[in-house]
Amino acid sequence: MTSLPTPSAKKLGLVIDLDTCVGCQACATSCKEWNAQGDSGPLTDTDPQGKNVTGPWFNRIHGYEVKEQGRDDSRIVNFPRSCLHCEEPACVTVCPTGASYKRAEDGIVLINPDTCIGCKLCSWACPYGAREYDYTQGVMKKCTLCVDRIYNTNLEPEDQVPACVKACPTGARHFGDLGDTSSDVSLLVKERGGYDLLPEMGYKPTNKYLPPRARRNTEQAHIEKLPKSDGSTMEKLFLWADKLLSNKSASAAANPQDDSGKLEG
Amino acid sequence: MNPAYSVILFTTASGAGYGLLSLLALAGASHGRASTQAFAFTSLFIALTLITIGLLSSTLHLGRPERAWRALSQWRSSWLSREGVAAIITYPIAITFGACWSGLVDAPALIAPLGYFTAFMCLITVFCTGKIYSSLKTIRAWDNPLVCPIYIAFALATGAVLTAAIANTFGRFVIFQAILAMVAIVASSVLKFIYWRKIDNAKRSHTMAAATGLGEGVRQWEVPHTSMNFIMKEMGYVVGRRHARKLRLVVLFFLNLSFLLMYLSTNWQWLTYFAVPTMAIAAWVERWLFFAEAEHVVGLFYGKQSA
Repeated sequence: MTSLPTPSAKKLGLVIDLDTCVGCQACATSCKEWNAQGDSGPLTDTDPQGKNVTGPWFNRIHGYEVKEQGRDDSRIVNFPRSCLHCEEPACVTVCPTGASYKRAEDGIVLINPDTCIGCKLCSWACPYGAREYDYTQGVMKKCTLCVDRIYNTNLEPEDQVPACVKACPTGARHFGDLGDTSSDVSLLVKERGGYDLLPEMGYKPTNKYLPPRARRNTEQAHIEKLPKSDGSTMEKLFLWADKLLSNKSASAAANPQDDSGKLEG
Repeated sequence: MNPAYSVILFTTASGAGYGLLSLLALAGASHGRASTQAFAFTSLFIALTLITIGLLSSTLHLGRPERAWRALSQWRSSWLSREGVAAIITYPIAITFGACWSGLVDAPALIAPLGYFTAFMCLITVFCTGKIYSSLKTIRAWDNPLVCPIYIAFALATGAVLTAAIANTFGRFVIFQAILAMVAIVASSVLKFIYWRKIDNAKRSHTMAAATGLGEGVRQWEVPHTSMNFIMKEMGYVVGRRHARKLRLVVLFFLNLSFLLMYLSTNWQWLTYFAVPTMAIAAWVERWLFFAEAEHVVGLFYGKQSA
């Protein structure tokens, strides 16, 4: 059924901290590694060793430069982008076959690869680019929130989280129930002002992004300036030593404009 | 958006087929039985063949064509599913109408109700086709109230030109057919012209700032992958936008040429045959541009500042 279920109390999702993400791609690669052999597999990349490698990945890490107003410096923000498991996902309602669905019990948006016809309409309906087509299997693929990990009692309890969360070395990815206002992830969102992507489109994403923290004073981070010449005896001594030790002809060849042998500064 | 030829063929061929079928059905509804069986069979065969080619072509776009039947199940929420259901329902109705209209089945009283019903289903099906695209909020150029009327106008224009050419072959050409085609062509041109004005002037309400939540000063610094991915191939098509102005003129030129040929055909009936290819070119280029010109919101994550 591609009609949406009544919103569940439980809303499993991710909270991504843009302040601590270092853009290392560990989440993307561990996602690919886990999902290539699980329910969504094989997630084949075509021409994997060649120049035009392409294939479905559920997690893409963008890098953005943010120029803050009134500052002449900018900062880099690493920005992982994956399915946001929206509360009102258009990708589900446009599906003509019922292959695309939102789970009533926990809100996870999934695709049934056995009934998907590969019409790609869901990828057109998603503003976040979360769905990618598997050219080798002829069906759409997407983030499953590692549904085959989070309920998998064969795994150790600490491993029952999405592969991307488990892999993140800086703890920038958090998994939990965003429908429960007292959960760790909900408290984190509240504390850090977590936000939705493209909220005006009305798909009500479950995943939240935590904004980068405000910059500390960066004045002290500038390159230390060279000290001015003070004309002291000690400096003259160093100048003399520098002149003596400098191979004049080599210096002239390396730096033809400046063969004075004078210390800069 | 990537203009897939299978989808362009689907929308143009099935549109022309439904346009032709609806006009034949309305002709039957108002005039009763067809003048000759040969005319009825030929015209219905062409209409249903165009529709079938279009529908089969749409399945070529699928990754798993053998599962296409599953697309009929989600008509409660999906316009693509509704389009499929409407298309399937139209077949038996059109065939029953054809049997009565051609005289194969002697039931003159049924021609009019079946004719209106067939024409109505043609309209519904083409409307659903347009709605597949116009229901997508992620594509500004498609999320537009003129999209469905344009799909219907082009279906009627291509169908009317075909009607005139087929009628001419069977010596059934009347000036009314040329007038009908001319009206539909003018309607298509005007609607398309207004549509282009609208999409060019529409506010780009979605920004990279809102997509990333990183504020006004955000710009792309590093792309997430070193080669193309599906999203870039499917949504990042730029050739159409680069040549949009020229191609719009091509569409309008061929629409005008078709109009002129239909006008002149009132004197020289053989010109109806030349209007068929000119109208086909107009419809094809228009539909190619409809896809190629459309920009997807996901471009905001890939460096577009607004969409």
